[in-house]
Amino acid sequence: MSDDKQYQFIGTRSIRPDGFDKVTGRANYGADLSLPGMLHGKILRSPHAHARILSVDLSEALALDGVLAAVSAKDLPDQRAGADDAGEGQVDYEDLSNNILARHKVLYHGHAVAAVAAISESIALQALSKIKVDYQPLTPVINLMLAQRENSPLLHESMITQGIVSDDAKPSNIAKQAVISRGDIDKGFAEADIILERTYTAPAAHQGYIEPHACVVNHSLGNHSAGEQVDVWCSSQGHFMVRAYTAKILGLDVSEVKVTPAEIGGGFGGKTTVYLEPVAALLSRQAGRPVKMVMTREEVFRATGPGSESRVKVKIGVTKAGQFTAMDAEIDMNAGAFKGSPIMPAMMCIFTPYTCANMKVRGQDVVTNTPKAAAYRAPGAPQAHLAAECVINELALELAMDPIDLRLQNAVEEGCRTIYGPKFQAIGLKQVLEQAKQHPHYSAALTANQGRGVAAGFWFNIGLQSSATIHVSESGKVVVLTGNPDIGGSRASMALMAAETLGIPLSQIKPIVADTESVGYNDLTGGSRTTFATGWAVINAAKNLITDLKKRASKLWEVELDQVDWVDGQAVAPAALDKQPLSLSDLAAKAGFTGGPLTATASLNAKGAGPAFSVNIIDVEVDVETGKADVLRVTALQDVGKAIHPSYVEGQMQGGAVQGIGWALNEEYIFNDDGVLQNPGFLDYRIPLASDLPMIDTVIVEVANPAHPFGVRGVGEAPICAPMAAVTTAVNQAIGVDSGYRLTELPLNPPKILAAIDSE
Amino acid sequence: MASHVKTSINNQAVEFLCETQESLLTVLRDRLQLTGTKEGCATGDCGACSVMLDDRLVCSCLVLGVEVQGKSIATVEGVAEADGLHLIQEKLLQHAALQCGICTPGIVVAAKALLEKNNNPSEREVRFWLAGNLCRCTGYDKIIRAVLDAATEMRGEAVS
Repeated sequence: MSDDKQYQFIGTRSIRPDGFDKVTGRANYGADLSLPGMLHGKILRSPHAHARILSVDLSEALALDGVLAAVSAKDLPDQRAGADDAGEGQVDYEDLSNNILARHKVLYHGHAVAAVAAISESIALQALSKIKVDYQPLTPVINLMLAQRENSPLLHESMITQGIVSDDAKPSNIAKQAVISRGDIDKGFAEADIILERTYTAPAAHQGYIEPHACVVNHSLGNHSAGEQVDVWCSSQGHFMVRAYTAKILGLDVSEVKVTPAEIGGGFGGKTTVYLEPVAALLSRQAGRPVKMVMTREEVFRATGPGSESRVKVKIGVTKAGQFTAMDAEIDMNAGAFKGSPIMPAMMCIFTPYTCANMKVRGQDVVTNTPKAAAYRAPGAPQAHLAAECVINELALELAMDPIDLRLQNAVEEGCRTIYGPKFQAIGLKQVLEQAKQHPHYSAALTANQGRGVAAGFWFNIGLQSSATIHVSESGKVVVLTGNPDIGGSRASMALMAAETLGIPLSQIKPIVADTESVGYNDLTGGSRTTFATGWAVINAAKNLITDLKKRASKLWEVELDQVDWVDGQAVAPAALDKQPLSLSDLAAKAGFTGGPLTATASLNAKGAGPAFSVNIIDVEVDVETGKADVLRVTALQDVGKAIHPSYVEGQMQGGAVQGIGWALNEEYIFNDDGVLQNPGFLDYRIPLASDLPMIDTVIVEVANPAHPFGVRGVGEAPICAPMAAVTTAVNQAIGVDSGYRLTELPLNPPKILAAIDSE
Repeated sequence: MASHVKTSINNQAVEFLCETQESLLTVLRDRLQLTGTKEGCATGDCGACSVMLDDRLVCSCLVLGVEVQGKSIATVEGVAEADGLHLIQEKLLQHAALQCGICTPGIVVAAKALLEKNNNPSEREVRFWLAGNLCRCTGYDKIIRAVLDAATEMRGEAVS
């Protein structure tokens, strides 16, 4: 499906501008930079999942030959408690600081306690063994269930649940409780012919980016009147975020920190915060030399954010005719060591594909002695949709209705109000469902021990702040500067949008990801915002450039400005004036005579992010001897608004589907009773391999986002919203559904599936 | 004590000093500044550090630097030819078979090794050959298509 607008460049499958460097090994990622005189920093991590820190003695480590710096939380300024706004969501800097270097307590196994910098990595590691930390071990609470028990040990002894109005509220591990609702849930259930209630759980799962966190930081006093100077080179989902967080953690002004982005080797939400950069800055300040820090894979698993463990109870009422009358959910999410699981987006997404008049969603944000959860692709939504979509599929079975028809009958469309407030403008859920129903995959035959699952998913997408700067070289080459790390082909989409707006070939455009001092502020690469919002800034900067180019042409031609038009990449005047068109290169060559170099900028706080709906159809086959489920066929469908670069849009849909498949079938944080992660490596934390998968078919649906100049919606997150429910449904169908869906606890690994088969 | 190792990397004689416990990956990246070979795990699970050691595809994190004495190593830096990209590199770009690109050097080295052994692999053979190369971004679809397309072109069949 496609909208009617014809574009010259948008929608083509151009070669990405950074492609050559990335296939030849020349692209520089976080760990690829070295500086002269550089030291190697390493972090001492807690051997306990929960303990009080009685003392930290760095003296023996500092005394070791080759060690130039050693720091602990005492070297960081105190932070004010409470959440501050920070781009996509909020950040509590006291928690962030305590996560970077533990102050009074360690709250998970692997929690950073101290750090050293030495002339070699091996000396740094030796120095860590010389640091003396006196701990008073405490009982750890390692999952949602344990954290909520009566008299459970408390992580934060003074933490009172937010959102509860109660005079006698006692501290607990529940950081927040919230409710959103509409209509009358009891009345809704009274009107139902069938009511089904199920609880689905998903474990914590890591984003699994292949590139470990890494940075190089150089601290200097620089120009004293300008304060300190901290130069950071790192891989992240937002170098302006790294600048803001690093400055705040160190007690500096943002102007004292400059961050130059390295290429990023995957993030999926997991690189939307900082772990190493402030520590490396402290070490560099103390040592007077640059410091490089690179996490090991084990550190990445133990100490960086997984997506949240979840427990989601869903109860849905439906009439015999297939009308949802009541939708009720209780969602618990594990935030890890500090508050802030994605409970709110989970609550807001869970039933949003549907029009039901009576809805109620309760949520709890729970802390445990596990690594602080971080954003993971559509944070909260996959876990929520897992439960809701599986219940809807089971209801379709009971109604003897096609599960897509059941969804179509209740699907939201333009004008419907969401449970969290706004009304939808043009959206494509119904179109995506129709396409799924017509797809050959949906009617293909299945054989014994095979099952098919279908599920829908929703993600808001966000806009936020972006800036773009364009400057034109004397030769007419257009350099487009933006400030969002290119995590999956965004340079290609920036170039396509600039080319389309300016009407010049892609070969004339050079998209650059600029450092924090070379382009205006940009919120981070997250919330599926970059192509939408930063792309919009590029479009606006290009339009500003055109305005200037027309002025320059009017000067050269000595005609009124309103006589000049910009058509197909050149300035043109009415035929009567007999002027030869002036190309961008012509105008660039003469810029010195018409007002100086050609530059243009634009900044915006983009409103009107277009919500995305996705649908997955997934077939599995279960080996009844081993309990192993193999994925046979996957079709991912999504309303993307407008696919700027269709290949990279398909890539998002395919990658998101496969991450969901991994979470459904294999991936899981496994802790022992002491709270020690048992599978901190890719061998035991097994993400999907090429040999596990079939081709991933995609169907791009384009219902233009009316707010955006090219109709763009965010694309990257909605793809992971549907696959977990689709896989879970398919496996349940494959093992037989005479007694309903028996498998409700992810991951659906062979032992669990085998146990379910044997229980028949 | 450091060992003195003489080897060949991308057809050039190279000498380096390294500690006995240092992996070939560490030597390549930190001693020889050949950072095209990536470290994703250092435990042989992800394949981002794939290189050729003589005629074998190996994870360079599982080989010691001192082991390459007198051997021949080929890294991603040596894959592109003077007149441009290798076919597999071209195909990965044409198929948009990379998103973040961190696994790409390993995929390039591994896929090239496959096609040199077998220029007519089935989809299943490509999937199992690349099972040691983790990619978290793409879901592998476009990577598999790129390798199959490169094989077709290598065989001189219809160019897609």
